[in-house]
Amino acid sequence: MARDDAYIAIENVSKHFGEVVAVDDVSIQIRRGEFFSLLGASGCGKTTLLRMLAGFEAPTLGEIYIDDAPMSQVAPHHRPTNMVFQNYAIFPHLNVRGNVAYGLRKEKLSATDLKQRVNQALDMVKLSGFEHRGANELSGGQRQRVALARALVKRPKVLLLDEPLGALDKKLREQMQLELRALQQSVGITFIFVTHDQEEALTMSDRIAVMSEGRVMQIASPKALYEAPTSVLVADFIGQMNFIEASVAETRNGTALLDAAGFGKIEAPIADPFFDAGSRVMVAIRPEKLHIAVDGPPGGETAVQGRIGAAAYLGDRSHYYVHVDGRDEPIAVAAQNVESGLSQRLEASGAVWLSWAPASLVLLPPD
Amino acid sequence: MSSVSYIQRPNRPLYGYAILYLAFLYVPVLLLPLFSFNDGIYIAFPIEGFTTRWYEEMLQNTAMHKALWNSIRVGLVTAVVATILGIFAAKAVTRYRMPGQKPVIAVIMVPLVIPDIILGTSLLILVNNIGLGLSLVSVTLGHIAICVPFSMAVLMSRFEGFDKSLEEASSDLGENAWWTFWRVTFPLVFPGVLSSMLLCFIISFDEFIIAFFLAGTDPTLPLFIYSQLRFPQKLPGTLALGACIIMVSFLVVALNEWYRRRSSHGISDTGL
Repeated sequence: MARDDAYIAIENVSKHFGEVVAVDDVSIQIRRGEFFSLLGASGCGKTTLLRMLAGFEAPTLGEIYIDDAPMSQVAPHHRPTNMVFQNYAIFPHLNVRGNVAYGLRKEKLSATDLKQRVNQALDMVKLSGFEHRGANELSGGQRQRVALARALVKRPKVLLLDEPLGALDKKLREQMQLELRALQQSVGITFIFVTHDQEEALTMSDRIAVMSEGRVMQIASPKALYEAPTSVLVADFIGQMNFIEASVAETRNGTALLDAAGFGKIEAPIADPFFDAGSRVMVAIRPEKLHIAVDGPPGGETAVQGRIGAAAYLGDRSHYYVHVDGRDEPIAVAAQNVESGLSQRLEASGAVWLSWAPASLVLLPPD
Repeated sequence: MSSVSYIQRPNRPLYGYAILYLAFLYVPVLLLPLFSFNDGIYIAFPIEGFTTRWYEEMLQNTAMHKALWNSIRVGLVTAVVATILGIFAAKAVTRYRMPGQKPVIAVIMVPLVIPDIILGTSLLILVNNIGLGLSLVSVTLGHIAICVPFSMAVLMSRFEGFDKSLEEASSDLGENAWWTFWRVTFPLVFPGVLSSMLLCFIISFDEFIIAFFLAGTDPTLPLFIYSQLRFPQKLPGTLALGACIIMVSFLVVALNEWYRRRSSHGISDTGL
């Protein structure tokens, strides 16, 4: 994406804490109205990057632009950003109304206007009628909504969210994911969302930046990240992935013929990056793209035989770990439990066949 | 073998110890009101009869009133100034990373461990040399010096007790440092401010040694009471005053505790 289209432009930003490089030469362009996630394990620099957007940390190098204005000389209380903190940072000495109205002091609204703005914001997060609740009388989910209303009532250009769902239980988290996404679409504000939970990022985001050790590994839509990762690291981080070491025997018409450990000669589509014949590659395939069966498919060049080592029954689906000769690691396979009795038949059978569509293989540069 | 673990089992020797300890603390204090109603000038048993004349005497003793008023003034100024300094110091050391932080804390805390008699002597030399002389002002300065460490200790725990992200949230919501302090920081440390003022007032109110060195012709209450001990016929009047002060102390502590409990879930609408 060109810099001109970007609403938020993070340009070559680095942040050093003494010897530690928390954020290392990161450049990201974010569109207006986008739901953008920063995804990575703890310590990958995503929160530091968010805090630089809010103004709580200054970049050591580089510059951040919001709506074309450079931000490095702008204090947090003058930035067009508002933040939902990880622990929500609800003011404990104020009630819900006091918290939500906190940021409106400078707008010098009349009492009725103020009330209207606060009620509007509370409506938005479905907390109407809780105005006079004390901060200590709220549940985790309600605190999160107050934090959201308090930020949104300011009508920021950008809303920054620092793992806001991390403290909620699973059911509530899933509900809030959908609500948050719907809310973002209705208000049209750019959201930048920090999370370590890949499922959360995939569910909500327009685009995701996967970060590791202070660097951005890949920026893409959830679908592209999942289906077409560009590195082993991203492929491994998002969902589950089987990796097969291979070398390219020959390439023709966008297809590579590979020599894969344990799989023999297999074909895979080749796109970007391009691999020359002879180069070492990593072939990646998702567990659910493998088809497991007792009988081998006709033809048989996109199939391999193995033995089930371990199986886990998960209700709607089962996971099998299949040993294939020539490999140390078992291949993970996920199969929907469509037919009843499939899992018993598979487990009873000594050998099983794994098959796949060549298009579902992803070629990656080895680490 | 007992089925109750020693953790839940009542411990009788400890009960006895607790009762003895409380008696040791409070019986002498309770003797004060008792003898203040005793119709006789000797502070000794047996009690000779009930009287309120010591209280009447106390109400007429203008020298005592003056000393009490001196102590209250010194105590109030000490409490306010030491607490303000304590707020700044506590905020600085808990909120900012600065070079030499540990030595700074140590320097502020040192008056806690310097014997008052040394502090008193050195302050006496100082006030005489800078021409301030002996007065209640000098006493107040001395009391501020010994109270700041207490104030800072009380407030540091209060500052450390609340989340730094609350102040960040305030700045994120558009408030500068000044407004953040008044709308978030101060209300949250306010119970600590109150405790600090109370503590500093009490320290100043019964401080003797430094006042002894630095007071001029205007005595504070402890100096006045000490001077009265030489005249047996004046002593019961002092006991009456003592009994009143104990009453007030209990009342203040109770009020403070009541406020502390209330404020832990006291909620306001505006934050302004």
